[in-house]
Amino acid sequence: MIPAQFDYLAPTSVADAVAALAEHGDEAKVLAGGQSLLPILRMRLNAPGVVIDLGRIPELQGISEDGDHLVIGAMTTYAAVLASESVGAHAALLSKAVATVADPQIRHRGTVGGALVHADPAGDVGAPALALGAELVIAGADGSTRTVAAEDFFEDLFTTAVGEGELLTQIRIPKHTGWGAHYEKFVRVSHQWSIVGVAATVRSEGGSIAEARVGLTNMGSTPLRARSVEEALVGQPATDEAVRAAVASVAEGTNPPSDLNGDADYRKHLATVLTRRAVLAAAGA
Amino acid sequence: MTITEDRAADAATPEIGKARRRKEDQRLITGRTRWTDNIQLPGMLHLAMVRSPFAHATISAIDASEAKGSSGVVAIFTGEDLKDIQGVNITAWPVSAEQKSPDHLPVAVSHVAHAGEIVAVVAARTAAEARDAAELVDVDYDELPAVLDLKKAATDEVLAHPALGTNTSATWQLDSAGQGSGGDVEEAIATAREGGILIEREYRQQRLIPAFMEPRSTVVDPTGEQVTMWSATQVPHVLRFCIAATTGLPESKIRVVAPDVGGGFGGKLQTTPEEFATLAVARKLGKPVKYTETRSETMVSGHHGRDQWQKLTLAAEKDGRVTGLKVELMADLGAYAALVGGGVPVLGAWMFNSIYKFASYQFNVTNYYTNKTWVDAYRGAGRPEATYAIERLMDELAAEVGVDPLEIREKNWITHDEFPFTTVAGMTYDSGNYEAATAKAKELFGYDELRAEQKRRRESNDPVQLGIGVSTFTEMCGLAPSRILGALNYGAGGWESASIRMLATGTVEVITGVSPHGQGHETAWSQIVADRLGVPFENVEVLHGDTQISPKGMDTYGSRSLVVGAEAVVRAADKVIEKAKVVAAHLLEASIDDIEFNAGTFGVKGTDKGISMPEIALAAWTGHNLPDGMEPSIDADATFDPDNFSFPHGTHLCAMEVDTETGATSMRKYVCVDDIGTIINPLIVEGQVHGGLVQGIAQALWEGAEYDEQGTLVTGSFVDYTLPTSADTISFITDHTTSPSTYNTLGTKGVGEAGAIASTPAVVNAIVDAVRQFGVNDILMPCTPERVWKAIAKGRSVPGEGERDAAPHFDEGVPNQDPGAANDGSQA
Repeated sequence: MIPAQFDYLAPTSVADAVAALAEHGDEAKVLAGGQSLLPILRMRLNAPGVVIDLGRIPELQGISEDGDHLVIGAMTTYAAVLASESVGAHAALLSKAVATVADPQIRHRGTVGGALVHADPAGDVGAPALALGAELVIAGADGSTRTVAAEDFFEDLFTTAVGEGELLTQIRIPKHTGWGAHYEKFVRVSHQWSIVGVAATVRSEGGSIAEARVGLTNMGSTPLRARSVEEALVGQPATDEAVRAAVASVAEGTNPPSDLNGDADYRKHLATVLTRRAVLAAAGA
Repeated sequence: MTITEDRAADAATPEIGKARRRKEDQRLITGRTRWTDNIQLPGMLHLAMVRSPFAHATISAIDASEAKGSSGVVAIFTGEDLKDIQGVNITAWPVSAEQKSPDHLPVAVSHVAHAGEIVAVVAARTAAEARDAAELVDVDYDELPAVLDLKKAATDEVLAHPALGTNTSATWQLDSAGQGSGGDVEEAIATAREGGILIEREYRQQRLIPAFMEPRSTVVDPTGEQVTMWSATQVPHVLRFCIAATTGLPESKIRVVAPDVGGGFGGKLQTTPEEFATLAVARKLGKPVKYTETRSETMVSGHHGRDQWQKLTLAAEKDGRVTGLKVELMADLGAYAALVGGGVPVLGAWMFNSIYKFASYQFNVTNYYTNKTWVDAYRGAGRPEATYAIERLMDELAAEVGVDPLEIREKNWITHDEFPFTTVAGMTYDSGNYEAATAKAKELFGYDELRAEQKRRRESNDPVQLGIGVSTFTEMCGLAPSRILGALNYGAGGWESASIRMLATGTVEVITGVSPHGQGHETAWSQIVADRLGVPFENVEVLHGDTQISPKGMDTYGSRSLVVGAEAVVRAADKVIEKAKVVAAHLLEASIDDIEFNAGTFGVKGTDKGISMPEIALAAWTGHNLPDGMEPSIDADATFDPDNFSFPHGTHLCAMEVDTETGATSMRKYVCVDDIGTIINPLIVEGQVHGGLVQGIAQALWEGAEYDEQGTLVTGSFVDYTLPTSADTISFITDHTTSPSTYNTLGTKGVGEAGAIASTPAVVNAIVDAVRQFGVNDILMPCTPERVWKAIAKGRSVPGEGERDAAPHFDEGVPNQDPGAANDGSQA
């Protein structure tokens, strides 16, 4: 498949990239790994005049620690996240979710920031970002930056708080050191987008759940956080019976899609089963 | 042991049976080879197709003016521009004299009958420029109502081709009473309805899309005396014939080359609109042109497979002994009768009765047109459909009688001492031993232990239930005896051709009429010839797929290459030996009756005198000292037309776990013991079996082409058409029993399609077996978790609800096998 013609820019700094965005406006598309953008271009579903490749900007790469936060550059690949001991220790939920993304080739090309900004509700990093209370750092014109909470980041299908002329630069994740984590992804074939996914991370104290965070993949037009379930889980023993009761209402208020993989009602049923499993696994039960 | 000794030991053992790595793999796997798309010719132009987005429409106007001005564009052709020379995509198999076949023009002139049909062709200097310009071609369509559903097509309320006046293409019947091969099936059904068992089911064979690795590609060079077409095809010889038959080009002016071809699975057993359009444009422009499709184009334009409704009635006695089988098929041909499209369902006619001794049998099929992509052969072609139906039915019969599915099969199958066995369908099975294959499979599977585990899980109400599926299949390979094809109204013969050229320096060229596209013929044929002529494996070169090199052939499909094609090679080799014997006798000054040929050397009985095959080849080449009157050649040709098909069989056992909370299924164990006769190369066989299994399992679990109400293919890319990868499958346990075929010299039976034919019902039987206790007796393929979960949920509550998860059953009011049971006619 051959995309329509476009000009290719490869800035080497965030400032240059933002300047390029400002110059080309609507005409430009940002290439951040390309695992979704390139198929779109090749199938001619979109034909931008300019593609701005962020792959050569060193400041967007890498994982570091900043006090009680992990800082992940937006252009860090899934594979790098997966390989990071820091992420494994302080944000295990993200590691677990990233491990389920597609296949090794895609994990070596695709980036966490690219996936967040693409904001496909069936993508696997939105729900853990929500559950972990991530903060998204966005660069704008003239060197300005702003920080948006994950809960305010996802606005709609394929739509985020990243505005025209802006770039996501960093994902800041509060450390969840010692929290158990599990990402329960339901697919028919391994390389598929999630039919439903549940991200759960749990802090246990003396056999009970002290705190829980639960995010849902592909249960609406954005990733969702299941706050009522999180609250219902607090203080519960990590038993099948208790968790089953606490998560029973997880699908309430969700609006999942209906497609060849399942209708909305089936997805709601799945979310209930998968949430129980994810929480129990996260709690080590 | 030194390497030299190793080689010496190696040479002493026969090549046949050796697990040789394939000699072609170096170039095929690295891609450093002549794939069609790798071919670059001087001055070559590139094509892009403009395709209809509508399932059914008339073309009112095409405005190419803007596209013509686009960068690099050389010319743009519509169907109107090409209609005098483009030819037509014909069907080689009108299944009846009355068959209705709409004209299938490579580039539509006024009417399109499925989304994806070509309406214009752009030629440009680069492929990118051609694609850019294709986007600018402005086509005005008048949309017509489209018929998409097979059952709706049967009503003729909406017509796929209004000019035909009906959607029915043809009907075809085989009746055992009528042809004298068995009793009257209606009598058997009436008897069973009174006092026996009647199993009535309707099964769905969903539509599948062949997913060969290499997309189709065609290069045409019109600048030589012969027009040369390179194409990613399984059938270069058939293609040349079809071009000659419909374009006005004399056959002798056409050369077709299938260079290395990256898979086909039946999907390249076609003569395509793209090939004909590329040829037409090359001739119009007088320049070499290339067209390579995108995967998205493969999905809408390459032919699809299967797509049947199967209405089945199995009659049996109370103890489970089968007495009759009636098959009523509706087959969706898509928009056109493809090369062998109409005949594919007919190929099932001899296979629904399978390995069982039915006393009466009737097979009926009606083929219909719809406004969807055309349908033709896909791995198994007719036999997977039949095998699925009968193996599902045998499990249902076992459930009805209340015995193990293997027991019901054993009660009904042909025993090993009954071969050759003429079936109720009129086929004579060559050889087989169903008892032996089954015993071996049971042991490898740990059948009794898994049954015990299944019982435990049921009793403990485990959320994960276990099911065991059986498939004791047979199939017919080796297409085909030409006389049978003639009787079936097929447009060609089923013979195969081979030549052997003994070169002066001792090496051997084998020319075969079959056309490999991943099967490993070069390796297997070399092994066969090395043994037959007593020459080293390395000294044999196998040439194929070019009508200048291998002028005669019927190509590769239907598990025919080894059974028919290699038999022709063997016969050519035997002719070489006979010719060489004359030379040997002359040079050794012995009587020809005293010449013995063994391991590459011609000796004289009772002496130590001898002469090697290469020495004779050299003598024939120099011609210095040959018998008087002998032509200076020991080369030979052979054309082999088989007397019968071959009938491989096997026992496949599958254990599936079903998560009753989500409907998710996962394969626990898969064992198959196939009897494919003599095995030439066990490694190649292993590859064929594994690949076939995955393809058949994929039909059961994952794949299915789906259209929306407008006739747009929803599963138009691999995002939605869920092909499995190795991550989705388990390691299979494969083994063999050996009952050599009695219809060819080598005793081979064919293995290219076996796995795909046998595995689908084994998997579905296992899933149904896992959840039968919930009142489920069928789940539509692909058995998605949603369908499985809904079937369980429905089985547990009120029967008769829901449409998506289970097939509708027979006509209302028809009594079933057990009117007292809570089976109201709806399955599950």
